[in-house]
Amino acid sequence: MITDTIVAISTPIGEGAIGIVRMSGPDAFDIVHTIFKSATSKKTINRELVYGHIYSNDQIVDEVMVAKMQSPHTYTKEDIVEINCHGGILPLKEILSLCLKNGARLAERGEFTQRAFLNGRIDLTQAESVMDLISAKTKKGFDLAINQLEGFLSNKIKSIRNQLIVTMGQIEVSIDYPEEDIEEITYNEIRNQLESVLNSIDELLKNAQNGKIIRDGLKTAIIGKPNVGKSSLMNALLKDSRAIVTEIAGTTRDVIEEFMNIGGIPIKLIDTAGIRETEDLVEKIGVERSKGVFNEADLVIFMLNASELISKEDLLLMELVKDRHAIVIINKTDLEIKLDENLISEHLKDKIIIKTSLELEQGIDLVEQAIQQMVFGNNIDMSSTEMVSNSRHISLLENSRDNICDAIGAINNRMPYDFVEVDIKEGIINLGKITGESVEKDLLTNIFSNFCLGK
Amino acid sequence: MVRTYDAGHYDCIVVGAGHAGCEAALASARMGVKTLILSINLDSIAMMPCNPSIGGTGKGHLVKEIDALGGEMGLNIDRSFLQSKMLNSSKGPAVHSLRAQADKNQYHKEMKKVMENTDNLYIKQAEVKELVIEDGCASGVITQTGAKFTSKVVILATGTYLGSKIFIGDAVISSGPNGLSASYDLVDSLVKNNMELRRFKTGTPARIDARTLDYDQMQIQWGDKEYEMFSFMNDHIELDELPCWLTYTNKSTHEVILNNLDKSGLFTGTIEGTGPRYCPSIETKLIRFTDKERHQLFIEPEGRDTNEMYVQGMSTSMSEDVQLAFMRTIPGLGRCEIMRPAYAIEYDCINPLDLKLTLEFKETNNLFSAGQFNGTSGYEEAAAQGLIAGINAALKVKGKEPFILDRSEAYIGVLIDDLVTKGTDEPYRMMTSRSEYRLLLRQDNADLRLTEKSYNIGLVTEERYARFKNKMEHIEQEMKRVSTVTLKADLLNPILKDLGIPEVSQGMKMIDMLKRPEIYYNNLESIDTTRPENLSTDVIKQVEVTLKYEGYIKKQLLQVEKFKALEEKVIPSDIDFFVIDSLRLEARQKLDAIRPLNIGQASRISGVSPADVSVLLVYLEQYRRRSKK
Repeated sequence: MITDTIVAISTPIGEGAIGIVRMSGPDAFDIVHTIFKSATSKKTINRELVYGHIYSNDQIVDEVMVAKMQSPHTYTKEDIVEINCHGGILPLKEILSLCLKNGARLAERGEFTQRAFLNGRIDLTQAESVMDLISAKTKKGFDLAINQLEGFLSNKIKSIRNQLIVTMGQIEVSIDYPEEDIEEITYNEIRNQLESVLNSIDELLKNAQNGKIIRDGLKTAIIGKPNVGKSSLMNALLKDSRAIVTEIAGTTRDVIEEFMNIGGIPIKLIDTAGIRETEDLVEKIGVERSKGVFNEADLVIFMLNASELISKEDLLLMELVKDRHAIVIINKTDLEIKLDENLISEHLKDKIIIKTSLELEQGIDLVEQAIQQMVFGNNIDMSSTEMVSNSRHISLLENSRDNICDAIGAINNRMPYDFVEVDIKEGIINLGKITGESVEKDLLTNIFSNFCLGK
Repeated sequence: MVRTYDAGHYDCIVVGAGHAGCEAALASARMGVKTLILSINLDSIAMMPCNPSIGGTGKGHLVKEIDALGGEMGLNIDRSFLQSKMLNSSKGPAVHSLRAQADKNQYHKEMKKVMENTDNLYIKQAEVKELVIEDGCASGVITQTGAKFTSKVVILATGTYLGSKIFIGDAVISSGPNGLSASYDLVDSLVKNNMELRRFKTGTPARIDARTLDYDQMQIQWGDKEYEMFSFMNDHIELDELPCWLTYTNKSTHEVILNNLDKSGLFTGTIEGTGPRYCPSIETKLIRFTDKERHQLFIEPEGRDTNEMYVQGMSTSMSEDVQLAFMRTIPGLGRCEIMRPAYAIEYDCINPLDLKLTLEFKETNNLFSAGQFNGTSGYEEAAAQGLIAGINAALKVKGKEPFILDRSEAYIGVLIDDLVTKGTDEPYRMMTSRSEYRLLLRQDNADLRLTEKSYNIGLVTEERYARFKNKMEHIEQEMKRVSTVTLKADLLNPILKDLGIPEVSQGMKMIDMLKRPEIYYNNLESIDTTRPENLSTDVIKQVEVTLKYEGYIKKQLLQVEKFKALEEKVIPSDIDFFVIDSLRLEARQKLDAIRPLNIGQASRISGVSPADVSVLLVYLEQYRRRSKK
């Protein structure tokens, strides 16, 4: 009944030595055979673990154990494959995207359980919770967060999609109104328009590949004097968000970037070297870089040490932070407090001030809340930040990219327009799945507003 | 108050004898159901009040499907056409669209003759003023003269006659199309039965006198030399072709129109109805597309025995004097005389969301409706619905399962699913782009897709079925033959060379040659020695299309498979959507209003999200298990 194959990472991300990517559906076996090679001559057998490697274009991605489970005696009653790999984020994401690339679709929340139920496995009470899980997607607040954020991405995708609709409109007009006095679009024009769309999609996908899911998050710089706890904050947020996407080694040892997802917001967190006046040449380079990072940041987290008096550097930083979107953190509250808090709140009146003890793991949740509040309350301008925020989007973008390539191929083979249109339409449908729009209405509106037709 | 008398009982009554009514009545009668058709004027049976042509993009597909199902439109246009053209012949086979110019009067006469000679079919001239509904169930009609006809089912096919008004300049006339009387009493009867009526609008251009045209100033337009017939039953019919003429508007035309906008019914605010975007009047075109310097016009004959010529592209609601003034600025029309002025017409129609996929009303049992009354435009769209309404009405009389074509089977399926699932805000016109599975729903294979289905319900005749079977067999045999025949390299290479294709070193299977985009049956004729002599072009076409577009067709078949999986998930008719808490409220309301038959249909309702569909799937499974207990 259900015709597609779904895939998901089914172990908590960023924890544990082993991670599992699980697929369910009619193509699960085919997909795993494409990406997995057994290390011995041993074939994968039903319900047996087989040792081998996952490959991406002849490159080994990870060494894994693979288990195939034949329907109907599985959790979902469909063919299931479990790929046991190393627990790090990179292998998991990469194996996930390989599955997606080879025809699987990213599972929705609760979808394995939903299939189990639909195929007659679990009982009615469990089904209730599945329905709630599905509907939470559209009902609960966290959806709002994602929607607002995705606005940036969806604008970009909408514009790409609109370009395609214009092209398709030109083709459709020539098909459905062959006798109207309208100049027919040429193969070259279609190709040019499609290539421009292809470039835009590639632009979006460029950094999104190889398992790097968030292309660019909200640029958030942590600044403060050395030893104020910047790295500890970074680690604490990373651990808590459980959604580290990738770790890009800092271009230098003094600026470290991490991607994470806080309450649905993709964040690029940048830990800067301590900013202070220095004569040391090496350190000076680091400080210059830090200032650069600071100037480009969308959001600044300014950290102070509760156990020290306010220094000249702190005052300097306060001046810098004053006119920026910033959150102030007073850390080390577990120690004896020497910092003059009144002076801070007077100086940085409109800023959120949070007290933390990273040592005792206190206040991290407050930091996360503050970040969300800054984004949704204060409307930090993120228009410069384009985000491809999850693997579902990426795989849809990749699908539509394939569709456009097929359409260009059809043009090169001089296929009739109605065949070229099949692939373009599929591309529009795939992009529409990201933005939640259907083809037909948009297409007709486009046709009738741009062409003079009629009896 | 007119005295009512008992005028007799029928199984099925059809109200209106336009393109929808005729197909409905014929289908019902041919399926053995005693059928009465009522028309305000029997001289207007199958009248074409607008363009003198049948077919075109999307519409031609509908006609082929109607024919494949055993309807009359294809046969009737084959009896009465003046010229014929395959549109889009330079494009892919899926969008080839047949269109024929019609002799309007002959079309009417031929259809009337067929109806008059159909068993079980009774034709009467009468205006229906009242629909009889008892306990939510239609049971007959009462005419203006007091005749009460009772029946098991009623089909409404009132076209543009319901409460209609005609607009010419500032003249507003209570009238049906073409000066025929409109129907007002029936409107009250429908409203009394809680039917929601809407106001739609359409228009038609002027008819001008053929003797007053200067043909040397226009370009002559002939049809195809080798033309195809609409009906799968006809191989070829000889024709004495009549031409059409092409001319264009110009600056002076536009000046006259733009200077007189205050004399257009469209802009004086008297018209309330919603018109179709794809049929704008010339004044609308000028206002919306100011940069277009000229608009194309086709001058088309209305028949062999008339001088009336139809001015395609010139629909307007301008006053008569302005119409004449701007027409005379057009090359070829400098001294033209208008015989019938252009007009806009406004009429009552229903919201098709009130209908089931069988075209029966959701709230009124045994009441069906079809055609422009359902919010469509066009003869072909009307006929397609008429056929389906007629079939389902007859099946209902016989107590049999309904006949529904889905979106993957026919344009007719697309048309009806669009209407009853998505609704429409303007008169709905078929276009090939409305179909998701265009490559499969070709006009050339309508019989292969549909004839068997209709035979199974007893509409298609033995003769048609035998013809279809024969074609199927020939296609099968020919597919087998081309997959076994090997063409020798030394014979093949001269042909390849001529076509500019790299030569081959060894013999090739004919099937592999035909898969190549550049090679057709014609090219291989001289070396294909085992080719059967009587191989028909129909068979060749099917084999060529199947082989050449194999990849694309496979792709669409896969899409259809996914589509079917959802269509097969039936939603029980007694389900209460409001108790499903996990559905968003909007989804619950929409689902309750439209009451989709299956998950596929539910997913096409605007306002039902993919998450809602998932919830619904889980709920249905719960429901199924609970009811099993």
